[in-house]
Amino acid sequence: MKKSRREFLKVAGITILGAGAGSLINGVSVLSAAESGRKPGLDFFKNSDALKAKRWGMAVDTRKLSDEICEKMQVSCHQLHNVPDFIKKFGKQEKRHEIKWIWETGFEHAFTGRENEFPRENLEDLPVVVTCNHCEKPPCVRACPTQATFKREDGIVMMDFHRCIGCRFCMAACPFGSRSFNFRDPRPAIYDRNPDFPTRTKGVVEKCNFCAERLAVGKLPACVEASEGALVFGDLEDPESDIRKLLAENYTIRRKPELGTNPSVFYII
Amino acid sequence: MLEKAIKGSKTYWLWVLALLAVIAVGFMFYMRQLDFGLGITGMSRDVSWGFYIDQFTFLVGVAAGGVMVAIPHYLHDYKAFGKITVLAEFLAVSAVMMCMFFIVVDLGQPMRLLNVLLHPTPHSMLFWDMIVLSGYLFLNIVIGWNVLDAERNSVPPPQWVKPLIYLSIPWAISIHTVTAFLYCGLPGRTAWLTAILAPKFLAGAFAAGPAFLILLCLVVRKFTNFKIGQAQIQALAKIVCYAAITDLFFFLCEVFVAIYSQIPEHLEHLEYLFFGLHGHGALVPFMWLSILLIVSGILLLLIPSARENESVLAVACVAVFMGIWLDKGLGMIAGGFIPNPLNEITEYVPTMPEVMITIGIYASGLLILTILYKVVIGVKEELAGT
Repeated sequence: MKKSRREFLKVAGITILGAGAGSLINGVSVLSAAESGRKPGLDFFKNSDALKAKRWGMAVDTRKLSDEICEKMQVSCHQLHNVPDFIKKFGKQEKRHEIKWIWETGFEHAFTGRENEFPRENLEDLPVVVTCNHCEKPPCVRACPTQATFKREDGIVMMDFHRCIGCRFCMAACPFGSRSFNFRDPRPAIYDRNPDFPTRTKGVVEKCNFCAERLAVGKLPACVEASEGALVFGDLEDPESDIRKLLAENYTIRRKPELGTNPSVFYII
Repeated sequence: MLEKAIKGSKTYWLWVLALLAVIAVGFMFYMRQLDFGLGITGMSRDVSWGFYIDQFTFLVGVAAGGVMVAIPHYLHDYKAFGKITVLAEFLAVSAVMMCMFFIVVDLGQPMRLLNVLLHPTPHSMLFWDMIVLSGYLFLNIVIGWNVLDAERNSVPPPQWVKPLIYLSIPWAISIHTVTAFLYCGLPGRTAWLTAILAPKFLAGAFAAGPAFLILLCLVVRKFTNFKIGQAQIQALAKIVCYAAITDLFFFLCEVFVAIYSQIPEHLEHLEYLFFGLHGHGALVPFMWLSILLIVSGILLLLIPSARENESVLAVACVAVFMGIWLDKGLGMIAGGFIPNPLNEITEYVPTMPEVMITIGIYASGLLILTILYKVVIGVKEELAGT
C-alpha cells in the first residue's frame, strides 16, 4: 500500500513537472505561434455577408492622394470609431496626447531611412497616409503582457480595450508610431458619437483595426470607402484579388521592411 | 525581531513621521493621477514612457547591486562582508518594492494589473520581469530574515537557506538582464537595440548599488552602535570604482559604434542627449553632468589616499550614484523615444505631479529600508551588548 502510494506520488509529480515544462516550452515557442493568431471560436457570430480573407492587406496609391482625400479618410475613420479630438476640445497643447488611427504625413516621415538628397520633383509635397501596418510578425503582440493586443487568423492586429492594463509596452514595441494611448478620458472630446462602436476609457491603448467590425457585416474599411480609389483593400493570399493585381502591376514599397515585421500596407509612390 | 522597529529614539520616530508625510503628499498626487489619467505627467504619444519607468530601471540596478556583497562573501568566503550581507539584502528588498510601486503608478489601468497573471504570456518580457522581480523579493526577504534571526540566536543559519543563497546570485543577474531585455529586443528603437544593454545595465548596477550601500554604512556607523569597519567599506569602494569604469567603458563602446559607423539612426539618439537635435536639447546639461559625475567619482575612487578618506569617499559615492541615476533614471528612456519612429521630435520633461509621486515612492522605499535596518541594527547592538 505504502509503496503504491509512493509510486503514485512519483508519477503524479513527474506528470505535473512534465506538464509545467511542456507549457514552458510551448510558451517560448509561441513567439511565432501567438502571432499566427487566435482561434475564432465564436462561430455563431459569423455573418454570411462577412468579408473574409486569409490575410487582409491594403495598398495606398499615393498618386491618387490629395490633402483633401487624406482629411476625408481620417474624419470618416475617426468619426466611426469614436476617436476623440483633444485639440478641438482642449486646444493645441493637447497635441502630445493626440489619438490617431490614420493620418497624413510627409514622405520623409513615413519612409525614414529613404532620405534622398536629390528627390524626385514634388516628393516632399507628396501626401502619404499612415496607419497600423497589421504586420505579419507584429512586435506589439509579442510585447503585450496580457494578450490584449493579438493577431487574428485573417491577419488583423486587434486590441481588446477591456483587457489592456495600459503598460504601453506595445507603443514602445511598434516601430511605426501607430498606437495611441488614452492619457485622459476621451469621452468629453468625442463629437458626433457613433453608438455602434465602443468608446474607450482613459488608460488604454488603441489603434486602427482595419474596420474589423465593418468587414464582419460585409463592408469595406471606412478609409477605403472615403479614399476615392486611392486605397485598395483585399486578400494578400488570393492571387486573383484586386490588391494582388495592383501589387503585380506596380512597384510598391513598405515602411521599414528591414525590421522584419512584414507590414501588410503597401505604397505606390 | 520586528518589535525592534517599534522601539526607537525620538530622532527615529521623527524620521519615520517625516517619511510618512512625504508618502502622504505623493499619494495625494497619485489619487489625482488615478482620477485624471496619465495625462498629468509629461509623457506623450511619442514619449510614452518617462520618469516612472526610468526610476524602475535604475532601482532594479540598485537591487541587483547587492550581489556584489553576496558573491565575495558566499562564493569566495570573504569573511568581512558577512557583517553587511543582510544590509545588502534588505536594500534589495526596499529597491524591488519601489520597482513594483513604479510599475503600478505607470499603468493606465492599475486595477487590471492581475490580468498579467490571469493571462500569462511567456512571449512578453514583462511577464518574465514580473517573475524575476517577485522571486528576487522573496529570496531576499527569506534569506535576510533567516540569517539575521540565526545570528541573533548565535546559531548557524538553517541548512535550507544555503541553496536559496546560491540561487539568489544568478537571480540578481537575471533581474537586470530581463529588465534590459524589455528594451533591447524592440525593433525600431535603435538607442536600445544593442546587445550591450544588459551588460551595461549590470555594470551601472554594480556601481550604483554598492555606492549607495557605502553611504548607508557610513550613516549607520555615525548614528548607531553597529560599527561597520574600514575593511568592508574599502572593499566596497573598489567594487564601485571598477564597476563604474566598466559602465563608462561600455558607454564609450556605444559612442564609438554610433560615431564611426555614422549611421543616422544610431547617432541621432546620442546627438539628442548630448548636443540636442534640431534645436531640442532639454536633457543636454543633465547628460554632461552625468558624465562629469561618473568620471570624477571614478578618479576619486582610483586614488588610494582619496578613497581612504571617508569624507572624500562619501562625495565620490554620491557622484557615482547621481551620475548613474542621471544616465539611467533620466536619459535612458527619453533618449530611446526621441526622435520618434517617424523621425519627429516631441520632448519630454517630467511634470510636478509626476515628480511628487516619484518622491513619494522613494520615501516609501526609504521607510521600508528604515524599518528593516532598524531591526538589523537592533539585533547587532543586542549582540554587541550595548
